[in-house]
Amino acid sequence: MSDLLTNLYHFFEIVRYPAGSALCLAGAILCVIGTIGVMRFPDFYTRMHAASITDTSGATVILIGMALMAPSWIIVAKLGTIFWLLFLTSPAASHAVVNAAHTAGLQPLIGRLGKKPDDEEGAA
Amino acid sequence: MAYFLGLLFALVAFWIGMSGHFEPLLLGLGAVSLGLTMILAYRLDILDREGVPYVRLVGFAMYFPWLMKEIIKANWTVIRACLRAELDIAPTLVKLKTTCTSDLAKVTFANSITLTPGTVTIEIDGDKLLVHGLYEQDSQPEAFIEMDRRSARAIDGKGAAA
Repeated sequence: MSDLLTNLYHFFEIVRYPAGSALCLAGAILCVIGTIGVMRFPDFYTRMHAASITDTSGATVILIGMALMAPSWIIVAKLGTIFWLLFLTSPAASHAVVNAAHTAGLQPLIGRLGKKPDDEEGAA
Repeated sequence: MAYFLGLLFALVAFWIGMSGHFEPLLLGLGAVSLGLTMILAYRLDILDREGVPYVRLVGFAMYFPWLMKEIIKANWTVIRACLRAELDIAPTLVKLKTTCTSDLAKVTFANSITLTPGTVTIEIDGDKLLVHGLYEQDSQPEAFIEMDRRSARAIDGKGAAA
């Protein structure tokens, strides 16, 4: 049993740096996707949705990747604190910005946008 | 008293987690900062249900994995919307009514909606929420019933959700 545990530990030691790097890269790609969305979407409110990809999944995946590569448990605890802070503050910030826009009287675009509404309807 | 102990425990865990040192000097500095913080919190009169929400931590721990699952699903939808060659979105505004009674539960519900990509809470007024959604077909009021029920149960306790 302890043999198995040691083997598992060694396996983890080998695997954690590649896995952590891959997760960091994936998080960076998610952030880029969020940015592409911010560029492409037509108005303020829809851009907020694209930005929330960067907030939630991008930051979370990068933090998990860094936690895998962390040299000690104390770093993992700190990364957990950062995650918790982001988790609590990012919706508050988004809500503040959107609420400010709504209070200022910015009207959102409503209804289907796009050139071919019948294309790939079932996929969404 | 329970709030006092809860805040003390959370602050001790936070200090040790942030410093990681156990020398007498650093522990003493930690004790001084803790004492100051507790006195300030007591003077500001924020040792209550909202200031120290650790009592509902168990309920929230049950809610958290479900919320994570929802966030991942919604992320996938919005990533597809971002990368699709033809822009194909149907933004909409929805009005919701929540069953959450306490302010903390309402905040949890509204923040859950905002955290889920594709939906943003624009305004809360009493028990009515104004939500902006990226896809009309995904943002009907029925889609939020389960989230509302779960956040009400996580924060207000079992009796709150009918």
